[in-house]
Amino acid sequence: MDIDKNMRILVVDDFATMRKVIKNLLRQSGYQNVTEAEDGVVALKELRSQKIDFVISDWNMPNMTGIELLKAVRADSELSSLPFLMVTAESLKDNVLEAVKAGVSNYIVKPFTAEVLNEKIEKIIENLGG
Amino acid sequence: MDVRFINPFLEATMDVLKTMAFVEPRPGKPYLKKDDLAKGDVSGIIGFTGAAAGSMALSFSSECILKIVSNMLGEEIKEINGDIKDAVGEITNMVSGAARKKLESLGLSISAAIPTVVAGKGHSVSHVMGGPSIIIPFETDHGAFVADVCMGGVK
Repeated sequence: MDIDKNMRILVVDDFATMRKVIKNLLRQSGYQNVTEAEDGVVALKELRSQKIDFVISDWNMPNMTGIELLKAVRADSELSSLPFLMVTAESLKDNVLEAVKAGVSNYIVKPFTAEVLNEKIEKIIENLGG
Repeated sequence: MDVRFINPFLEATMDVLKTMAFVEPRPGKPYLKKDDLAKGDVSGIIGFTGAAAGSMALSFSSECILKIVSNMLGEEIKEINGDIKDAVGEITNMVSGAARKKLESLGLSISAAIPTVVAGKGHSVSHVMGGPSIIIPFETDHGAFVADVCMGGVK
């Protein structure tokens, strides 16, 4: 499978520590080209000002939550097909349904390992190709 | 306190630390806590409402949390700083999410608030329900920590 390990990944989380944790997990799978944003508002600015290939976003954030960011991305003609992986601390049914309705590419429940994160990324990229 | 609440929190705590921090906690025998002194140097506390209400605290010794967060971040951290407090908040959140998922499968739908983190020797952990709470002690190769759970009011 051809996954470009140099693709530019945007990690969105209001906790600096969690962004570091996710960056650390991505590094373990060979992804080095990672940029960060602390909430949906900052993320949207980043997405509109530089080329980002993949978004990994937390759900609960101040200013603009992950689900609001997802909806904004899907509503933007330039960004609408961007791969979007949602990170959540809970796999409660209502949350998952809401994210799927809003067009999430996949979701991952904390805690997760580098392997699981990599599998989710690969699956999303594969589906894009197919 | 209803003993059905012990296992979901015990299992969730072990899952989160194994997965995110590569630490294998060994649980000890749970006991009733009667004072409100924290058992560790850094504590994350989170409140719950819904089918059952209450709160949970995770209280870590310095040595233990330094190792846990160093593993999570892939870099060595030597003192209790902002990164440690952030991480304790995240760990508390993740344990809460995992435990609530387990409780949901028992038919108990519970919402969580945002965690608070307190650091310093001899700080106190007060539960909204007023206690007593159940302490689940854990040992790791790098020191001890406890889960301090106070839940009640099942409808």
